[in-house]
Amino acid sequence: MDLDVDTVRVARSREDLALAPGEVLLGGGTFLFSEPVPDGVTGLVDLTGMGWEPWTIDGAGLRVAATCTIEQLREGPGGLGGSGVPGPYPGLAIVRACTDALLLSFKVAHSATVGGNVCLALPAGAMVSLFAALGGSVVVWTPGGGARESTVVDLVTGAGRTTLAPGEVLREVRVPASALGARTAFRKAALTALGRSSAVVTAAEAEPAEAVRRVRLVLTASVPRPVELTVPAGDHAALDAVLDRVTDWYDDPHGTPVWRAAMTRRLAHEVLEELG
Amino acid sequence: MKVDGSDVAATPRPGQCLRTFLREQGRTGVKKGCDAGDCGACTVLLDGAPVHSCLVPAHRAADSEVVTVAGLGTPDDLHPAQRAFAEAAGFQCGFCTAGMVVTAASLGLPDDAEVVRPSGSDLERLFKGNLCRCTGYRSIRDALAGKVNIEQADAGESFGRAVAAPAARRVVTGCEAYTLDEREPAGMLHVAVLGSPHPHARITRIDASAARRAPGVHLVLTHEDVPPVRFSTARHDNRLDDPDDTLMLDPVLRFRGQRVAVAVAETPRLAREALRLVDVEYAELPAVFDPEAARAPGAPQLHGDKDPLEARVNDPHRNVVAALHEEHPAPGAVDAALATSPATVDGTWTTARVAHAALETHGARAHVAPDGTLVVRTSTQVPFLVRDELARLLGRERETVRVVAGRVGGGFGGKQEMLVEDVVALATLRTGRPVQWELSREEQFAVTPCRHPMRVRVRLGADADGTLTALAIDVLSDTGAYGNHAPGVLFHGVHESMAVYRAPAKRVDAEAVYTNNVPSGAFRGYGLGQVQFAIESAVDELAARLGLDPVELRRRNVVQPGDPFVVGHVDAGDLDYGSYGLDQCLDLVEAALDAGERGERGQAAPPGWAEGRGVALAMIATIPPRGHHSTARLTARADGTYTLDVGTAEFGNGTTTVHVQIAAAELGTTVDRVRVRQSDTAVAGYDTGAYGSAGSVVAGKAVALAAERLRAALLAGLPEGSALGAEGASLPDGGGVAFADLVGRAAARAGATDGTTADTVSADGSHDGSPRSVAFNVQGFRVAVDRGTGEVRVLQSVQAADAGVVINPEQLRGQIEGGVAQALGSAMAEQVVVRDGVVETRTFRHYRVPQIADVPPTEVLFASTVDTMGVRGAKSMSEAPYNPVAPALANAVAAATGVRPYAIPVQKDVVWALLNGGAARSA
Repeated sequence: MDLDVDTVRVARSREDLALAPGEVLLGGGTFLFSEPVPDGVTGLVDLTGMGWEPWTIDGAGLRVAATCTIEQLREGPGGLGGSGVPGPYPGLAIVRACTDALLLSFKVAHSATVGGNVCLALPAGAMVSLFAALGGSVVVWTPGGGARESTVVDLVTGAGRTTLAPGEVLREVRVPASALGARTAFRKAALTALGRSSAVVTAAEAEPAEAVRRVRLVLTASVPRPVELTVPAGDHAALDAVLDRVTDWYDDPHGTPVWRAAMTRRLAHEVLEELG
Repeated sequence: MKVDGSDVAATPRPGQCLRTFLREQGRTGVKKGCDAGDCGACTVLLDGAPVHSCLVPAHRAADSEVVTVAGLGTPDDLHPAQRAFAEAAGFQCGFCTAGMVVTAASLGLPDDAEVVRPSGSDLERLFKGNLCRCTGYRSIRDALAGKVNIEQADAGESFGRAVAAPAARRVVTGCEAYTLDEREPAGMLHVAVLGSPHPHARITRIDASAARRAPGVHLVLTHEDVPPVRFSTARHDNRLDDPDDTLMLDPVLRFRGQRVAVAVAETPRLAREALRLVDVEYAELPAVFDPEAARAPGAPQLHGDKDPLEARVNDPHRNVVAALHEEHPAPGAVDAALATSPATVDGTWTTARVAHAALETHGARAHVAPDGTLVVRTSTQVPFLVRDELARLLGRERETVRVVAGRVGGGFGGKQEMLVEDVVALATLRTGRPVQWELSREEQFAVTPCRHPMRVRVRLGADADGTLTALAIDVLSDTGAYGNHAPGVLFHGVHESMAVYRAPAKRVDAEAVYTNNVPSGAFRGYGLGQVQFAIESAVDELAARLGLDPVELRRRNVVQPGDPFVVGHVDAGDLDYGSYGLDQCLDLVEAALDAGERGERGQAAPPGWAEGRGVALAMIATIPPRGHHSTARLTARADGTYTLDVGTAEFGNGTTTVHVQIAAAELGTTVDRVRVRQSDTAVAGYDTGAYGSAGSVVAGKAVALAAERLRAALLAGLPEGSALGAEGASLPDGGGVAFADLVGRAAARAGATDGTTADTVSADGSHDGSPRSVAFNVQGFRVAVDRGTGEVRVLQSVQAADAGVVINPEQLRGQIEGGVAQALGSAMAEQVVVRDGVVETRTFRHYRVPQIADVPPTEVLFASTVDTMGVRGAKSMSEAPYNPVAPALANAVAAATGVRPYAIPVQKDVVWALLNGGAARSA
């Protein structure tokens, strides 16, 4: 929809990212243009002019620019995980499941960005589900020209809330090489076949501790912010024990909290079984 | 930017999206369904890639090439995707079609050999972002597969055939003009409305002076500036059917979002910004949201200031708008019968608040014509009724008001209301400038009427052999803050639902109650669906308790031709059995479900899932009661073409196709020779409007009569046995008369009697909607239920309809499939969630209109009947298919699991809670 703003400028350099009063960052725009802008917002600064390489992969891992579109992620890294038979990066086998878990149309995925989905921090934000499971971290550019890092899990503090301060820019998401080689799993529950996620469980094999194989599970959509649980592989009792400690189940029109809790538990056990 | 091959010089405004930019360039094939990226109606190709143009910042497309639906092909030179949608009859209202066509074209569908055709789940993923509210998607799947569903018909042979909608080629190319698709008049102003922040409050002070001084603002209206005339937004043939409880702007606010002030400015943004300068002080009043609490002593009164007789509110001090309490044959009969009945059922069922979700939001434009006529172009089902009420409200003669509807982008009852027309009309009169108001999707969800939520208690008694002894219902309907349609929906809801069963003792207690929720209004089925959900569930429960087959139990107890229609009284009105196909419908559905269980139809249940089948029936009068009038005029020209003027509106119901078929059949011509001009009060004679499924049987009968008379006029003076054809008359002796001669002679004859000198000849027909017949629908489902997740999967869906003689089988099938799909939405997934008067589901992201993946195929079967009252044996069939769906689904779930749902929607989380002993939250 039309936004009631007065200015739009396209950022070409880091200096351009310094926001004037009333300005906000414009990523893909697919959320920003879906609702009226909040009072006080008068200008947009378009990140897509920065020309960031959408993604790169090397021995250090995967780096995904904030402006990488969902489609670029799906067609690029999403093709490297393999389907049916493992690809070169089995960790990425859940990329397509995660992009498809988004309610948005493939036509919106041309524009919607990875960074936008992460920064939006919706409980059903599947890019959080994906990168949190892969042990991802984010690089955030701070206003003075510096940068800080955070895990994806820590970045999201609540439904629609992050640690991002005004003027900070999410630059990229990084996935360590170890996670790219790990086996991963994905499950989703929704009220309708391809509907908005009510509960999502993503998981990856984690670094072994004291020679015990471990699985890192991440709960999203059913909880206000991502919940990370690490349990020994195949240890369903341990999983139940850690799930028992999760009490803050998300409540919105996409399912009752009690059902979401039950579905999350069900999906988590399925995931643990799959990665057993 | 290059758009559809042409350079565009204009520069987008900061923050403007591509959709509005394209429409401002006249590319009105690009539709607004949601303006939030959820529905896909605005899909265009941006440098070859399909995008939702409402989400694309226009500045990014400045150097791009854009192709809209109109750039793909033209009516005379269709793109393959456009041809596919036209030939599959892959649309009804057609408002989503542009987006569907562009998306299909981008994927090389239906038949680009270079592209691997997506199928099954991949197709469902690719089209999940294209919502269609009308079709139920079967015909869209057919279009995507390149299937042809329409047929050509020779002269005089189109009746009963699957001919295409006359607008098909224009709809699929985006050049059919919907409400706001005409060229924008110079100097047009825009409306924005300040909504109440409180569910119940009184405005103690309002100061709009700063807003009036704001840049670009031409008018600000508050309650101090509007006519003090009470009306109802609901429109009926008789305006006294609805309570006069509404003011254009009221100092008392009875729901969140109710109009507080109206700004009219040069742009929508300036109008919105002006509203921030309106200074309002509110005195909050106690609010009530639960209808039971609302009618209890001491509850806050919403309309306590109204005079019951003058405003036609049943009991303002109890918040009761409409009430019905009656028992047949005498008071106490039901209790006495139940006391001695071997089997009884007593249960209470509830239905949720549901949105129509027509893809085209409400919107209207008004201007004053040079001759002083107030002209309003609006998205309405009832142009004549809007004209009459506007005239009353504004104190004008009705001859000085003209209301026009273009093609309407879906209605479902939601446009049997006057929701925006009063504002644009008053604003254009006050400013002297054209004025437009287009509702946002959010406004559509948050402040326009929804389906009445109802709580229905049913008490049933039967003999041991399953013969009913008593049937009683107690209905509580939540009409929200205003009583638009409250009486009609209540009285209709309890009528055919009760009358379809024989029972010696019957009782109806029914009340519609004001609350501080968003108003309810007319919705497909008009109350019957809510009450039939309860009664059909109760009948199913009775069958279970008696150990009888539920279809057999119904056979024993449904009315037969000749039976009186008994509600809580004997209806001695104009309703009769013009035909009767309920028995056939029950047989057809039973046989289909039996075949399904044998593995011959539908799917099998996944291993470990519980399986069950359920049926439900519905009866509906073919025409609304208390008057429905239509007039039609047919005019023949020397070149063999005809013009048909009818007042009713086309909103995807297909009446235009049907009217052309009826006329062409009577006149022995081809459908392409009959051009329809419709829904314009300045052109056509009076028509009550497109509701109550009256388009085929009332307006259609007027068309048939006009055509009969015109044929007689054209053949007058020719020997007996002469026949009218497309090219002229053929005489019994083998000779012929050319069409031009027929018209010339008929015109001369007319001129000889009335002195006219026309070179055309016309005839009129009219129908007054009485007597009325009854139509029937029976729905059957086989479902599988996963106890672990609560998922209900439809394995087989079948509906049998008794629509009399079928006028257009493809179109009728589409109406039924669409009704089933819409009903499945409200049975399984949809609800407008309101908490403390705040509508929480304000976008399609949160309100679950079925996507293509959500709608199973429905087998559609027709009873073979010929109605004695309908046009050429036909009956209406537009609302009715909706009504039996929810109870059939709930009955199937009950059969599968042994646990009966008492509320819809039967969502996964609700079913799971039912099966796992948890408490379902009623949102």
